[in-house]
Amino acid sequence: MSAPAIRIEHATRSSRAGLVLFAVVFVVLVAAPWWGGRQHLRLLAEIYAFVALASLWNLLAGYAGLVSVGQQAYVGLGAYLLFALAMLVGVPALWTIPIIGIVAALVSIPVAALIFRLRGHYFAIGTWVVAEVFRLLASQVSVLGGGSGISLPVGIVLAIAQGRQMREFVIYWLALALLVAILALVVWLLRSRYGLALTAIRDNELAARSNGIDVGRVKLVVYVLTAAGTAMVGALIFLQKLRISPDTAFSVTDWTAIVIFITVIGGIGRLEGPIIGAIVFFVLRELLADYGTVYLLTLGVVAIAVMLKAPQGIWGLIAGRFGWQLFPLERRVVYLGGEQPAKCA
Amino acid sequence: MAPILTLERISKRFGAVVVATDIDLALGDGEALGIIGPNGAGKTTLFGIITGTVAPDAGRVAFDGTDITRLTPERRCRLGIARSFQIPQPFTGMTVFENLVVAAAFGDGRGERDVYADCAGLLQRCGLADKANRVAGSLTLLDRKRLELARALATRPKLLLLDEVAGGLVEHECAELVALIKDVRATGVSIIWIEHVVHALLASVDRLVVLHGGGFIAAGDPHIVIRSPQVREIYMGIAAAEP
Ligand SMILES: Nc1ncnc2c1ncn2[C@@H]1O[C@H](COP(=O)(O)OP(=O)(O)OP(=O)(O)O)[C@@H](O)[C@H]1O
Ligand SMILES: [Mg+2]
Repeated sequence: MSAPAIRIEHATRSSRAGLVLFAVVFVVLVAAPWWGGRQHLRLLAEIYAFVALASLWNLLAGYAGLVSVGQQAYVGLGAYLLFALAMLVGVPALWTIPIIGIVAALVSIPVAALIFRLRGHYFAIGTWVVAEVFRLLASQVSVLGGGSGISLPVGIVLAIAQGRQMREFVIYWLALALLVAILALVVWLLRSRYGLALTAIRDNELAARSNGIDVGRVKLVVYVLTAAGTAMVGALIFLQKLRISPDTAFSVTDWTAIVIFITVIGGIGRLEGPIIGAIVFFVLRELLADYGTVYLLTLGVVAIAVMLKAPQGIWGLIAGRFGWQLFPLERRVVYLGGEQPAKCA
Repeated sequence: MAPILTLERISKRFGAVVVATDIDLALGDGEALGIIGPNGAGKTTLFGIITGTVAPDAGRVAFDGTDITRLTPERRCRLGIARSFQIPQPFTGMTVFENLVVAAAFGDGRGERDVYADCAGLLQRCGLADKANRVAGSLTLLDRKRLELARALATRPKLLLLDEVAGGLVEHECAELVALIKDVRATGVSIIWIEHVVHALLASVDRLVVLHGGGFIAAGDPHIVIRSPQVREIYMGIAAAEP
């Protein structure tokens, strides 16, 4: 066989438009302290945290097929590590974040060794059990408030930056930077050799194995990376809340149920999904904040409607119809030279 | 000539269903072997045992001189065993081209960029070039089967396992398939081909075995085996299809 003359294209028109859109949105968001009030910054930072958590869960469940309902284990671990490192070791609050990423990665390896033995539903249950164990352990740490929790001492908060306003700006930018870093990591990962393997695993694990992909190793890498990312996001969330307790830090509702809602609504197994899902979720939440149970009911109805009408999520529906992708992940082959490709079989 | 693949006393049952009892098989290096047998005889299961997706209850599988009985499917693929699935298993959300890139990059341990040209060429040979950028999930069953074959070839195997790739092809497509498989053979690849389309097998293989009741009930020259009374008896469908 003589190799044909070809060209490989990564970007499509929609993904080029997507990159421009992202650049513009990014600049606008970086400048938020100049155009938004304190409330806006808080809300935005919260959105960033959820987009980040959902993107990580999407990588884990949507691509690697590791359907965890226990990622609150790492949100809580990150939160508790923040308080522990800042209060007990004296690490400056912002500096704890990278350390937390590393520690969470190390913790996740033995956890993976344990729960990777479980298959299917049992894996999901296993992740939840691990999170519960973490929560119980946290409630035993009396120097960090035991079961009732503790507030971050004022001195540590004041040391973050000069003045209350600057502090809020710094934390806001940090939240944005962490989100961008996590999104960049996910995009880079998916564009790399690992991304090929991950997407293949997402689509068909049996075929992935049969085509030489070490599925177990890829899953482990993804699990460890998402644990690290999730813990860093968790730390940042609680750096804003300034108060921690086992129930809030290891909340299955906040850090798993909502995160899954966002991912599934937006489109699981698609990079763009969590972003779209987070927008939908926060719009609903802001619109319905005053209605209590109606709010939860609406979330439920939306989730069911999407799952029935568009199991690929909102982004899946759009992408399927228009062939869009915001991130240039695809490899398109263009045969150069006009001659008809030789056909056989 | 040392065999490329040997099965020694392979046994397998699913509950009460016995699919293999003490099966022995030696495939010569460069040999093309055909397997026929009635539905549910255990042909596909045998491929599962060779590729590592099905664990045998007893017995030993050796490839290229090493015992691979306990190796994972991914390791066996990288050693050079490729398989096309009877029920196509495409990476549905990836393009046809990307399906091949995965197989070539991981199955053959090469860099992603290094495999682009080979994959594009393979798509041409397998009649999928015009669908290279289509999402595999959107292919028809026939094209999915072509993709199975192309993807298996993309791993540059030493042993190629084909599970019913000719079904549904019209005559000239079938002839092209046979020609393609002969080309592949010519490069030294050993082949085991499970096929109900007997004339395609007869045109391509050196040896034919008949799997029935957990063992090979006939083996040898394809044209002789296919005419044996035993085969006609248990395998009327094929006997009738013979001119
Ligand atoms: N994972 C499994 N669990 C239980 N039974 C199985 C399993 N896989 C196969 N079988 C059974 O084993 C028998 C052999 O199946 P197999 O697919 O190997 O047959 P085959 O010869 O390939 O048939 P066909 O010609 O229809 O493709 C069948 O009765 C099938 O139902
Ligand atoms: Mg079969």
